[in-house]
Amino acid sequence: MIWKHLTYSGWGRALRASGDMARPERIDALRALPPAPAIGNRRSYGDTCLNSDGPIIDMTRLDRLLSFDDATGLLEAEAGVTLGEITRLLVPRGWLLPVLPGTGFATLGGAIAMDVHGKNHHNAGSFGQHVSAIRLMQNGKARQITAKSAPNLMRATIGGLGQTGVIVSAKVQMIPIAGETMRVRESRVGGWDEHVALLDASDATYTVGWLDATARGDALGRGIVEEGEIGPDPARAPRAPHTVPLTAPHWALSKPIVRVFNELYYRRVPAAGRTVTKRLEDYFFPLDKIHDWNRLYGKRGFHQFQCVVPPDQGPTLHAMLTRIADSGLGSPLAVLKRLGPGRGGMMSFPMEGYTLAVDFPNRARARGLVQSLENDVLSAGGRLYLAKDALAAPEAIRKMYPELGDWAVAAAKADPDGHLETDMSRRLGLRRA
Amino acid sequence: MQQTWVILGATSAMARAFARALAEEGHALILAGRDLDELRALAADCTLRGAGEARAMRFDAREPKHDAPILDALEQAEGTLNAAVFVGAMPEQARIDDDPSLLQGVMQDNFTGPARFLQSLAPMIEARGGGTIVGTGSVAGDRGRVGNYAYGASKAAFHTYLAGLRNRLGRAGGHVITVKPGFVDSAMTWGIEGMFLVAPPAKVARDIQRAIGKRRNVIYTPGFWRLIMLIIRAIPESIFKKLSI
Ligand SMILES: Cc1cc2nc3c(=O)[nH]c(=O)nc-3n(C[C@H](O)[C@H](O)[C@H](O)COP(=O)(O)OP(=O)(O)OC[C@H]3O[C@@H](n4cnc5c(N)ncnc54)[C@H](O)[C@@H]3O)c2cc1C
Ligand SMILES: NC(=O)c1ccc[n+]([C@@H]2O[C@H](COP(=O)([O-])OP(=O)(O)OC[C@H]3O[C@@H](n4cnc5c(N)ncnc54)[C@H](OP(=O)(O)O)[C@@H]3O)[C@@H](O)[C@H]2O)c1
Repeated sequence: MIWKHLTYSGWGRALRASGDMARPERIDALRALPPAPAIGNRRSYGDTCLNSDGPIIDMTRLDRLLSFDDATGLLEAEAGVTLGEITRLLVPRGWLLPVLPGTGFATLGGAIAMDVHGKNHHNAGSFGQHVSAIRLMQNGKARQITAKSAPNLMRATIGGLGQTGVIVSAKVQMIPIAGETMRVRESRVGGWDEHVALLDASDATYTVGWLDATARGDALGRGIVEEGEIGPDPARAPRAPHTVPLTAPHWALSKPIVRVFNELYYRRVPAAGRTVTKRLEDYFFPLDKIHDWNRLYGKRGFHQFQCVVPPDQGPTLHAMLTRIADSGLGSPLAVLKRLGPGRGGMMSFPMEGYTLAVDFPNRARARGLVQSLENDVLSAGGRLYLAKDALAAPEAIRKMYPELGDWAVAAAKADPDGHLETDMSRRLGLRRA
Repeated sequence: MQQTWVILGATSAMARAFARALAEEGHALILAGRDLDELRALAADCTLRGAGEARAMRFDAREPKHDAPILDALEQAEGTLNAAVFVGAMPEQARIDDDPSLLQGVMQDNFTGPARFLQSLAPMIEARGGGTIVGTGSVAGDRGRVGNYAYGASKAAFHTYLAGLRNRLGRAGGHVITVKPGFVDSAMTWGIEGMFLVAPPAKVARDIQRAIGKRRNVIYTPGFWRLIMLIIRAIPESIFKKLSI
């Protein structure tokens, strides 16, 4: 059958939708479908991959590599292939995707539609900046667009939340690599100032800070900064993946457990720091080894709050983190990173500054906290990441995304009848901006 | 040694997973089916994954005229010749009840079409003194059920055919594996009510690969279906005929 009726959710599992889902296994089957939003592996957290009011198209079976040029590193692949699969297949041949998010389960289509960033954003920019062509299907007709042939549509599609059409396939410029492992320098940072100073000073290709969102007082902001360079060192053989078999009881990530976990995570690295060598996949996708880890948050699911604030707004972030720590609601691991200015589309998230990502269980108190943090982000001139959002207010998003108006015009041109709207685009009124 | 595999029904989800596994082992592939655009895309994918060679060719269970070019290509290939059949179609039983003329097509797609091709391939395998044939049947072929007895009958016929072929080719060093999948997550089952324990196509591909290595005769995939079908086959017909499982 073409349609399967089911209830589905994003990675956070806090919001759900019920409806008909198609999962075409071939291009002809995709072409024959009525216009509807496309989704990948639903690794976005909130409601950008949900459509309660109509059908949705799962793209994960259109997942073939179409061409790869060993001389130039130009890859063309269908939208449903995962970034992890591309990594697995092409790393042994000496090529890596220029930008990788924290999960290899994200699809090529999802990476473009969210213009994802990686641990090298400060020098490589966002995913969409490396995409040279997109095959876009609108009303059953596919055509290739490039920055030259359709500059506006290209910038509306990269980071465009699937609102300009279905991405069928795309060309991405891979980067050559000198080895198959990451040499990672792990440094303990005892508190906020030290943490930010090290992120600012780092000149590594890949830099990210892991932070203990439960630490308070002088220890606020303590964590581990990882600086990575790709090299030819050998690493340990891969370990078999684990699966979280059941939805966990709600206390699984309760305060004492989280605190102990964070303490251990921090102490793992000796005070003087250490250097470890990891397989590239283990480095880029640390949580992918535990399948379905989102079930740890229980039936009610969770929210991820991710924002970016301009470089001079460090103190705002410090104040926000203080409130998070005081609330005792924060997740095991939070991420702090410096972003560069690189962005590929009108609705792309990145901007120069610091990005903070924290998970919260889906409870009333946590939702209240996240909403108040959003106000801080707005007044700091920052923005929220729509790949994570489930709670923001429409007016706030409008102010955070200055090109929203232009984008809405482009999306309306591509999809005049609003067939591609999702729960998120309706909740935030994105298409009416 | 160089191996060549022809895959009939290569656009099936299970076939795609199996072809990719063969590609990563470096084998040469002939991907055969009706949708050449799709087969070409799969051929490109398999080539990038390491296939020695991958090409798309037309095969139609209902059109014998396309068999010869594939057989010619195999004749010219060096080394061991192997085949995997994933061709199959499962129209709703209710549709066949309404239009009995559909039955012929079901037989062609699931049984006589693939068997016709294998019948021509058999002497080539004998001549080379080796080679493996993987034939995809179904647990539905183990017992006639009210819900899909036409499809079940065509698969049962294919099972019987494969058993005979195994007997024949075994004498010449060849081997035949009958694969009986349970419910697999493919276009065939998408959206059908009442599916349970649905296996990913990659699991089927892994089970087939293992069966090739061990020269198994008949496998159920996932393996627990052997037990389920043991029970279902043990139910006396006097009781079974009243059940609607
Ligand atoms: C553990 C984890 C770590 C993460 N780390 C990062 C990170 O470091 N950096 C980062 O930027 N993000 C990160 N993310 C977020 C994730 O990379 C993005 O949400 C990404 O978009 C997920 O891809 P997907 O294929 O699952 O898309 P989905 O979640 O299914 O869809 C996301 C959006 O893309 C659209 N879309 C998907 N496919 C298509 C298509 N073929 N055509 C048109 N539109 C399409 C959908 O409509 C939707 O709007 C992380 C997520 C997880 C779970
Ligand atoms: N899915 C299950 O739960 C399940 C369970 C038990 C057994 N099986 C069997 O497993 C095999 C693979 O099925 P699947 O689940 O992967 O489904 P599928 O994707 O629908 O595959 C069916 C394949 O058969 C081909 N085909 C149909 N009629 C044909 C014809 N006349 N000539 C040539 N090719 C023809 C199709 O090719 P085109 O591209 O030309 O259409 C397609 O490749 C089938 O034999 C099926 O009966 C499936």
